[in-house]
Amino acid sequence: MSMSSKKLSFLFLALTLASAGCTKKQAADAPAASDVIKVGEVGSMTGTEGTFGVSTHNGIELAIKQINAKGGVKGKKLELISMDDQGKPEEAATAVTKLITQNKVAAILGEVASSRSMAMAPIAQQYQIPMISPSSTNPKVTELGDYIFRVCFIDPFQGTVMAKFAAENLKLKKVAILRDVKNDYSVGLADYFAKKFKEMGGTIVADQAYSSGDTDFKTQLTNIKGKSPEALMVPGYYTEVGLIARQAREAGITAPLLGGDGWDSPKLAEIGGKSVEGSYFSNHYSQEDQSSVVQTFVTEYKKAYNAVPDGLAAMGYDAAMVLADAMNRAPDLNSASVRTAIAQTVNFPGVTGTITINSERNAVKPAVVLVVENGQYKYRTTITP
Amino acid sequence: MIEFLQHTVNGISVGSTYALIALGYTMVFGILQLINFAHGEVFMLGAFIGMYSAKHFGFGDQPSIGALLLTLLIAMVGCAIMGFLIERLAYRPLRKSPRINVLITAVGVSLFLQFAGQLGFGSDPKFFPQVFQPAGDWSIGELRFNPLQVIVFAISLVLMLVLQTIIFKTRLGRAMRAVSFNHDLASLMGIPTNSIISSTFMLGSSLAGAAGVLVGLIYPKIEPLMGTMPGLKAFVAAVLGGIGNVTGAVVGAITLGLAESYVVAYYAPTFRDALAFVILILILLFKPTGLFGIRRSEKV
Repeated sequence: MSMSSKKLSFLFLALTLASAGCTKKQAADAPAASDVIKVGEVGSMTGTEGTFGVSTHNGIELAIKQINAKGGVKGKKLELISMDDQGKPEEAATAVTKLITQNKVAAILGEVASSRSMAMAPIAQQYQIPMISPSSTNPKVTELGDYIFRVCFIDPFQGTVMAKFAAENLKLKKVAILRDVKNDYSVGLADYFAKKFKEMGGTIVADQAYSSGDTDFKTQLTNIKGKSPEALMVPGYYTEVGLIARQAREAGITAPLLGGDGWDSPKLAEIGGKSVEGSYFSNHYSQEDQSSVVQTFVTEYKKAYNAVPDGLAAMGYDAAMVLADAMNRAPDLNSASVRTAIAQTVNFPGVTGTITINSERNAVKPAVVLVVENGQYKYRTTITP
Repeated sequence: MIEFLQHTVNGISVGSTYALIALGYTMVFGILQLINFAHGEVFMLGAFIGMYSAKHFGFGDQPSIGALLLTLLIAMVGCAIMGFLIERLAYRPLRKSPRINVLITAVGVSLFLQFAGQLGFGSDPKFFPQVFQPAGDWSIGELRFNPLQVIVFAISLVLMLVLQTIIFKTRLGRAMRAVSFNHDLASLMGIPTNSIISSTFMLGSSLAGAAGVLVGLIYPKIEPLMGTMPGLKAFVAAVLGGIGNVTGAVVGAITLGLAESYVVAYYAPTFRDALAFVILILILLFKPTGLFGIRRSEKV
């Protein structure tokens, strides 16, 4: 007993020393802080949606490197402080609090997932620190405060895009929905899709649900198969969609799958294999776009990370660029001035299209529809608001 | 009607994946009265060992039954070694401690493996190579079977019989039952209790390893946290069947699979995970020994 309590107290001592060491280090860093502008990033660098966070992080990092290479913002270098939230909303909230109160960042970039952005937004708003979400598409995110922005389109538009595409380009009449009820993004997208598709004269023959993390969807798919839809709208994340596609084929559903930007990961084609071939999803940009902004970005990204940038990397890049542009335009680096400057962003030439921030602090821009062909995501069409 | 039958087939196939995990769970409990919460994580390690060895040997490109068996063998041996290490390092030092200490340690080992897995393998989902692909679809009329799931169902029945034979017909099994009956007495009778307990863990862990490969094959998306939910479900299945009872584990798992399938089909898909725990609570309230369990009188 005495042995273990000795061990315990030693451990406690070690911990105290370690944390004391941390505080000291921060104090020493403090004077240097005036030469740099600290920018915080929160993302799911690990966790089941790890590729979302990593791609976005790479995009942001590339943007910050390029900005600093050109002399930074107002003569100061940008310093990126990244925090991993492991894909958990509560971790995202902790991370953003830490970035604001301890690291004293000037602005926040993040998150990809709407659920996590919605956990972060009230905190950023409370401390009046501007926050730009690269790719959270649920409308509620920016409704949480006037310091919260995004550089992507929102789900009412994204849902409309797929509904238009299904009704006009594919000429479908009967579509089934399989939504992830644990995911704000998926529920929103499914609702807006259903609304628009019905307006355009289509029928939703089945509306089934699953929870993220499930691995077996046969029961829902059996119910859907009974209604013989012409397409299956699965507005979830790639983590489940690959398995859903496989099991849909096993259940005898041959109709194509439709989805949103949550599909955007090379893992989708890897896990889904042949089952996702010929399926369509809406996204923020296509790497096949021949415009010089996109092609320069793709080349630079490939050089830095030895990978083709997905939509999330492009969104991360744009979010950082919009922030830097606003900081340059702002009269000073007060958070209120930076906020106003972001809100006044007009016709910013981003990789994912021309970005104008509207009065709801959302970006207005077109979406592209991609099709899965031989494991690659090929450009199919562009749909404008 | 055809839909109901299809839901039944789906339920049995999900249940048989739970059965594979529940077998090892229930055996370790039956022999040691230890709920090995790390069992789900050994299952996860089995899937990863299977994936890496299949990638190493290139089985994904040339699927065959031989490739499947070899992958299974590697994963089973790998997991047996893991099981041995877990028992030796985490549980054996606590052999003389109160049971609650071991239980808490088991939770600790489980969390340790989850997060070590995220560090080691990365936490993004990985694709499990298709080491075996039976040709075509099997169907009777409108009813469709996934051939892999039929095979998994058959394998879980075979493993159940193998386990029964080991426990009731072999010297090792007799020693295991003796250790289970009274640890100290067994050691007085000249039974090497430590090595018997090690073998029990290795056997249980190798079953988890087999389950990892087979589940990876059916649901080819594996990640370090994949063991948590199936581990809990398998635990519920084992309790439902009467924990410690090998036949009970399989019956409990199939029952749970069917119940989940019907709940998702006719009530609400969000109840899938809640159902297992409702069953757990009901069983503990009304029939704590489970469907097949025998009440053991505790000697004081």
